[in-house]
Amino acid sequence: MAAQETSQSATFRHAFGNVLSFAVLLLIGVMAFSIRLFSVIKYESVIHEFDPYFNYRVTQFLTKSGVYDFWNWFDDRTWYPLGRVIGGTVYPGLTLTAGTLWWILNSINIPLSVETVCVFTAPVFSAFASWATYLLTKEIKGAGAGLTAAALLAMVPSYISRSVAGSYDNEAVAIFALIFTFYLYIKTLNTGSLFYATLNAIAYFYMVCSWGGYTFIINLIPMHVLLCIVTGRYSPRLYIAYAPLVVLGTLLAALVPVVGFNAVMTSEHFASFLVFIIIHVVALVYYIKGILTPQMFKVAVTLVVSVGMVLCVAVLAVLIALVASSPTKGWSGRSLSLLDPTYASKYIPIIASVSEHQPPTWPSYFMDINVLAFLVPAGIIACFLPLSDASSFAVLYIVTSVYFSGVMVRLMLVLAPAACIMSGIALSEAFDVFTRSIKFHLVGTTQNPQDNAGDATKVTQNDVKSEKSEDTVKERSSRKSKKDKENIEKPSLVSRVEKRLLVLPLETSVMAVFLLVLLGAFYVVHCVWAAAEAYSAPSIVLTSRSHDGLHVFDDFREAYAWLSHNTEVDDKVASWWDYGYQTTAMANRTVIVDNNTWNNTHIATVGTAMSSPEKAAWDIFNSLDVKYVLVVFGGLVGYPSDDINKFLWMVRIGGGVFPHIKEPDYLRDGQYRIDSQATPTMLNSLMYKLSYFRFVETDGRGYDRVRNTEIGKKHFKLTHFEEVFTTHHWMVRIYKLKSPRNRIRGKTKRSKSSLQKSGTSPSSKRSTRKRNPWQ
Amino acid sequence: MAAPKVAFLLLNLISILPLLVSSFSPDRPTDRRILVVLDDLSLKSSHSLFFSSLKSRGFDLDFKLADDPAIAVKRYGQYMYDGLILLSPSTERFGGSLDVEGVLDFVDSGHDLIVSADANASDLIRNIAAECGVDFDEDPSAVIVDHSSYAVSETEGDHTLIAADDFIQSDVILGNKKIEATVLFKGIGHSLNPANSMVLKALSASPSSYSTNPSSKLSSQPPSLYGTAISLVSVVQARNAARIMISGSLDMFSNRLFRAGVQKSGSLNKYEKSGNEQFITELSKWIFHERGHLKAVNLRHNKVGESEEPSMYRINDDLEFSVEIFEWSGSSWVPHVSKDVQVQFYMMSPYVLKTLSTNGKGLYHTSFKVPDVYGVFQFKVEYQKLGYTSLSLSKQIPVRPFKHNEYERFITTAFPYYGASFSMMAGFFIFSGVYLYNK
Repeated sequence: MAAQETSQSATFRHAFGNVLSFAVLLLIGVMAFSIRLFSVIKYESVIHEFDPYFNYRVTQFLTKSGVYDFWNWFDDRTWYPLGRVIGGTVYPGLTLTAGTLWWILNSINIPLSVETVCVFTAPVFSAFASWATYLLTKEIKGAGAGLTAAALLAMVPSYISRSVAGSYDNEAVAIFALIFTFYLYIKTLNTGSLFYATLNAIAYFYMVCSWGGYTFIINLIPMHVLLCIVTGRYSPRLYIAYAPLVVLGTLLAALVPVVGFNAVMTSEHFASFLVFIIIHVVALVYYIKGILTPQMFKVAVTLVVSVGMVLCVAVLAVLIALVASSPTKGWSGRSLSLLDPTYASKYIPIIASVSEHQPPTWPSYFMDINVLAFLVPAGIIACFLPLSDASSFAVLYIVTSVYFSGVMVRLMLVLAPAACIMSGIALSEAFDVFTRSIKFHLVGTTQNPQDNAGDATKVTQNDVKSEKSEDTVKERSSRKSKKDKENIEKPSLVSRVEKRLLVLPLETSVMAVFLLVLLGAFYVVHCVWAAAEAYSAPSIVLTSRSHDGLHVFDDFREAYAWLSHNTEVDDKVASWWDYGYQTTAMANRTVIVDNNTWNNTHIATVGTAMSSPEKAAWDIFNSLDVKYVLVVFGGLVGYPSDDINKFLWMVRIGGGVFPHIKEPDYLRDGQYRIDSQATPTMLNSLMYKLSYFRFVETDGRGYDRVRNTEIGKKHFKLTHFEEVFTTHHWMVRIYKLKSPRNRIRGKTKRSKSSLQKSGTSPSSKRSTRKRNPWQ
Repeated sequence: MAAPKVAFLLLNLISILPLLVSSFSPDRPTDRRILVVLDDLSLKSSHSLFFSSLKSRGFDLDFKLADDPAIAVKRYGQYMYDGLILLSPSTERFGGSLDVEGVLDFVDSGHDLIVSADANASDLIRNIAAECGVDFDEDPSAVIVDHSSYAVSETEGDHTLIAADDFIQSDVILGNKKIEATVLFKGIGHSLNPANSMVLKALSASPSSYSTNPSSKLSSQPPSLYGTAISLVSVVQARNAARIMISGSLDMFSNRLFRAGVQKSGSLNKYEKSGNEQFITELSKWIFHERGHLKAVNLRHNKVGESEEPSMYRINDDLEFSVEIFEWSGSSWVPHVSKDVQVQFYMMSPYVLKTLSTNGKGLYHTSFKVPDVYGVFQFKVEYQKLGYTSLSLSKQIPVRPFKHNEYERFITTAFPYYGASFSMMAGFFIFSGVYLYNK
């Protein structure tokens, strides 16, 4: 009777627990969505930054013209005159996702604009990502850890920085895809189900569609498989989890136009094929071991291993020969800079020039994952108690992502989910221990032993239940190997004994729980602050607080609006590549280079023009049919990421292709200077002139508030360019190329000498006035 | 005096009115209204042959004294004249609102100009010339002296009236009829910057000429200008097709030299009449766009077999290109016939360069294959020929790569691979059946 009652109450508790977790998950989703709305509330519902504008433009095209036109889209408004095949060079996942969302909403008569859908795609997908985190962590360490991890991920600042409303970038959906792919892999690994394996391949396909970071998956999973094999954890489940993923995943990945044959041709994918071979060899060994007697096996093992070795060596040799024959050793530049952090800065200035490709600083870890940084080690320890296939995967994930985040600040984003999972596990385990000891003490002091026993049984019942569920999970997969099951039961028995022993004093437990809650509270406060203050600025609208109130700098949109209203539709606008996407999307004008840095030479041409003197720059721009030149200048209001601060990259990238641009010419004492110490080359460069033209008129002495110095050359005229527009805070300045002069003047000496000769005559004053020959 | 003048002006205005509508425009490039600025009203009669030849060709001449306070070329932002003749070499300053800038702006807005300097030319005229790329001898008292090719006259003079016959070799500028007689010139010379491609010597001095003050003794230094570097009359065609003629001699326009007989020293040929009239008249025809003005219209392109102009081509498309080029004859547009008009299919550099074939009625056409390169191309016609206005047309057209479904579906050379994959599939199917149901 009693047993029945307890089982009944257990099912009730089970059901209640499910409802509770469902409600909690729902709330986590709501929180993940709403914490990302600060940018909409504080600013407006607008697309942020640079790349999102491109994605937005592509989505507009998709919704207007359909999938096939999108796939075949040749864009003649960027990279003039080369153009860009958008359909074949873009990861279409995000665009297709948002386009589908828009289409569904419209077909059920919710007429949202494309922009609104794009703005809110990232928050929606961060809710999905936290649910995926729940699923993944649940597979690793149970529902409690899952809920904690999901809650942590919903507000981890690192992820918020990439997924606030308006941050319409690949990462917005890719992180969800990443976590979900990992979840399905672990699920397959735990169940051994081909159904999940197929789903896993499809999830991997979605990830490939969404982000170039898919190579992380296709390297991490083989690493884990290899780890499992090396530590003797090979099982048919592992084979089912891995082999279909490689075969189906590679086939599907090759379908994405931007990946295409890269899925089998580049070294990023070779690890997976190598492990694919190894797992087959191992499977063969296990199979032979099963059908042979131990003596026979010993004979066979030498044979098979030696043949296998020879095969492996042969394959390796072929691979190495293939890889070595290509100049970059088959690795793309970005991947090489991951392995050798100094590679990019040495050889590829265009990669090194992007701030998010720089290694992060220590404070940025604290900023981006906050207290999780301290919880991660505890989580790793928890993963080893006991170590399962799934938890070893989690450990591998955190270790690799810590390494990669140390190389490139952008990859903090990959670290964030791992840190959340680890911290979720750590927190959940800690709460588990503390609450159990509190419960043990409370029950032990106030109640009679019967209840105590009952509670104890409950505890054990719980344990048994979880074990049972684990067993049912295992049972399906371990139909063939009974040994496996026994192996698992043993450590769980051990852990139960351990759990009994892990009872802490009441005061300590209460204190510890309190401290943990406090820690969580700090985390929440930090996350909300980060979401509200640090990461929700759209970067096209800037604000600054000063003693006389809030200032809004809307110069970028002012400039783009000017361009779209005052220039011809086919006019070409040259600027540094950072502003390419925004110019095409907001001003609808053709640009020379943009943020898709696929052609280094073209960017170097613009860099060369910017670092050349006026005449040479005019020639370069004129040869590219450029009508307008746009520069971003922060010297008046102190906006630090302006073109003068990016100038060293223009010189470096330009000089990398056109050797007549030499970096030392621009340096004084190893520094870029624009003050009176600046080199003549610097002062004559187009970028200096366009930035500081008429600047002295603002305050009378030309004080640059970014560089905190007075500029070197204050009074000068432009001969080949004319200023046509400067925004309110001088942040964007637009110049027009003067048309070539109508006449060519004779020797100017003529008029000078006549000035001297007829200096006394009153009429000569007018006639010898200096004329600008470029009008 | 004033009343009749006003009435005359009014009459003048009324008579111009219909012409105003058809005055200088892309459709009728010939000038109509010309302002003549004079030093002295006596020039009106002493140079009347020149003026009457202009009048007889249908120009309205408006004579003004250089110091006339009402002198202006522009009113309410509109130019009142299509051409300007400055026969006022000694004027230091114009009356009214006209100045160097005004004259140059007049040119830069597409109007034509004839400037004549003379000995002791003013800074004003020199500056206008310098702005157009012509440098007069800096010595204000210097004139051109030539002791070997001077015009023979009764009295042995100082050889400053020179006989020049080194004309520019261009039928477009100087007309079809060859100028037989030499041209009489008396005035100052100028030099041109060789790098300046816009200014041309219409009349060059002989190798033995030099520029000096005839009354002073020759110094030991060589003269600043000598030999064929000296240009006597130069013409400029600006980028906007405005044409300028700069002469160093006022006398060469005069009736006296128009009518004078000429014999070049050392030559036995004696002409009853100098070449001045023909030279000046033909040159003024060119200056005032009665000749050598081209226009290109109807730049068209389409795929072979279609007539619509596409918004984009695909790589390896075959296309047809055509353009019509006409030449202004002075009264109507006639087809321009030439064998050297070329079209470029251009993206940073010309990918296709083809000479256009013409049907003799102004239509130039060709057809070619779009190169196997995608990008934003331009059709470019750059036609620059001595004496003609330059044609510079460009039309942007993007070229896209193949669409996903435009590639060949089945490639013959790949049949072994198709065979391999299909046999693999069939084999797998059979193997599965045998393995599953054959135990």
